[in-house]
Amino acid sequence: MLLGELSEAFGVSGQEQEVRDLLYHAVKDLADEISVDTIGNLIACRKARQSAPHGEPLRVMVAAHMDEVGFMVTGIDNGGMLRFAPVGGIDARVVLDKQVVVGRERMPGVIGSKPIHLQDRDEPGAPVKFENLAIDVGAGSKDDLEGRVSVGDVVAFKMRFCVLDTNPSGLRAVMGKALDDRAGCALLVELLKTDYAFDLYAVFTVQEEVGLRGARVAAFAIKPDVAFVLETTICDDLPKKVDTTNVTRVGDGPAITIRDRTVVADQRLVRLLVDTAEQEGIAYQFKSPETGGTDAGAIHLVQDGVPSAVVSTPCRNLHSMANLMSLADYDETLRLIRATLLRLGPEDLRR
Amino acid sequence: MKELLRKLTETYGPSGSEEQIRAVISAELDGLVDSYSVDALGNLIAFKRGTGSGKKVMLAAHMDEIGIIVTHVDKKGFLRFLPVGGIDPLTLLGGRVAFANGLSGVIGVEKLESRKEAPGIDKFYLDVGATSKEDCPVRVGDTAVFTRPLAEVGSRLIAKAMDDRAGCVVLLEVLRQLNDSPHDVYAVFTVQEEIGLRGAQTSAFGIAPELALAVDVTTTGDTPEARVMAVSLGEGPAIKVKDSGMLAHAGVKDLLIRTAEREGIPYQLEVLGGGTTDAMAMQVTRSGIPTGVVSIPCRYVHTNSEVVERTDVENAVRLLVAVLGGPIAL
Repeated sequence: MLLGELSEAFGVSGQEQEVRDLLYHAVKDLADEISVDTIGNLIACRKARQSAPHGEPLRVMVAAHMDEVGFMVTGIDNGGMLRFAPVGGIDARVVLDKQVVVGRERMPGVIGSKPIHLQDRDEPGAPVKFENLAIDVGAGSKDDLEGRVSVGDVVAFKMRFCVLDTNPSGLRAVMGKALDDRAGCALLVELLKTDYAFDLYAVFTVQEEVGLRGARVAAFAIKPDVAFVLETTICDDLPKKVDTTNVTRVGDGPAITIRDRTVVADQRLVRLLVDTAEQEGIAYQFKSPETGGTDAGAIHLVQDGVPSAVVSTPCRNLHSMANLMSLADYDETLRLIRATLLRLGPEDLRR
Repeated sequence: MKELLRKLTETYGPSGSEEQIRAVISAELDGLVDSYSVDALGNLIAFKRGTGSGKKVMLAAHMDEIGIIVTHVDKKGFLRFLPVGGIDPLTLLGGRVAFANGLSGVIGVEKLESRKEAPGIDKFYLDVGATSKEDCPVRVGDTAVFTRPLAEVGSRLIAKAMDDRAGCVVLLEVLRQLNDSPHDVYAVFTVQEEIGLRGAQTSAFGIAPELALAVDVTTTGDTPEARVMAVSLGEGPAIKVKDSGMLAHAGVKDLLIRTAEREGIPYQLEVLGGGTTDAMAMQVTRSGIPTGVVSIPCRYVHTNSEVVERTDVENAVRLLVAVLGGPIAL
């Protein structure tokens, strides 16, 4: 399954090559033009195959980011332990004891932690800080790593993609690393298999997790009339004591963004998404506002502005190793975005 | 002018949902300008052609106001919310808000364990009179703004959203009074200033002006135990030197000062420690735009009772009309 391959591929922000190569092969026969820009975005353009009723076809950009959060080696101590820092936003508590792969050689390692036997009585509650952690690749000394690991090498979580629930009428939950946003990338590949009445610019972006950087330059070059971003999003739906927001819930279908910290979704596009969902009988939810950020934050502000919207598959445990999402939600997200794109026309951008 | 200010300040228009205020301002533009349009983000761009011998000038005043956005409807129909724009939680206590359709809400707060610390935003909730999630007329994502009618005390005007409906009124009055200007003037009523100067960024890119001027409120230093600031109510519009986001273009600043002195318009010089305006975004658009700001002194900014002095607003209009009335050399 492409989603599984993408999940297991190594692609921390700034080093997305392995993911890009996988995606290049997946889309090269689906696109009329394919290119990689200076920062590393993969841009696949599928021209309009249905005739546009009025004038020039719209330029529609749909983006999903290839990069995952991870770590970077900042130092190698004499004992061969690797000091490291996060790349993208990661809570230090979720990294303890996780298996990782390091650098070019994909060396396996583990992020060590102090066994409970050795902790002081009040240590278990103490805050975890990256500067106190180290990656153990089993080296005897710094010399063992000469030429194999360097400062600046990137490190990714290591995890096999797995299907948790095969019951066809259930959640069909899957678990893997980097579903944020390899799930979006897999959906974008699917979208390239349909004919539209507009020119589709499918952009697999780089460096979203460190500042929406790839999306910004790709959007500037493409100058789209409208943009959609496919993401996975925060899901805080496990039982809790206080009656506050879950942001989104697994099993409630694709999440439509109203606004997050980086963008106010264009209201015309939100209305189009909602109308499409209702007419196609697709269950959907709204993502609770003012949380998180996506490539749309950068895209909507390029040039003289791009109306933009975000559609996401809810995903538990984002920015940690084992992301969990429902393939039922994922399939409905695809159904929603595809149906919306098939309805999209210039009249939807009128005020 | 008071009635225009009343109409604008009492209209609903939080950042990202400016449709209503845009409609009200559009209605005021008929007869004042050659054309107007709405761009991709919702900025209202009004164009008044000049006689042709001048520059392409952009004026910016933001239409959006601060507010709150509903993040959760709880089982009993109470709402949790987050701010839209910069809101000090202290200003929420006992507040009243209104949604786009006019529905009112009252801001409540959880019991406070300690009265020494200001409660965080997560301790507040909104009460719209619902009794359950099912009968609550408000949904996640709905936005609301403070509600207060405009009040007049002598020559002082008090309202919510003086920031920056006062600036919008200045732009409208400038358009009304400007005749035979050499310059092509783009008066932009921007969106989403309070959440990141977003409308100004994209509209400035689209217009690509040769000179940009923002018109926004600024704080004053003339209230008890205020932060040190040389701006006071009633001493004239403030010509911005610096704020936390930009240093005014020296040529533009000097042009404003020269013009004020020549015309006998009272003015002040402004250095603002915390806060910025659309000018910050306009200044660094494309390859850069000479940018300045004419500020309207305002007490209690980002509360529901912002106070301006009528003469400061009128003198801001006079200053801009005088600057745009003749040739500009920077």
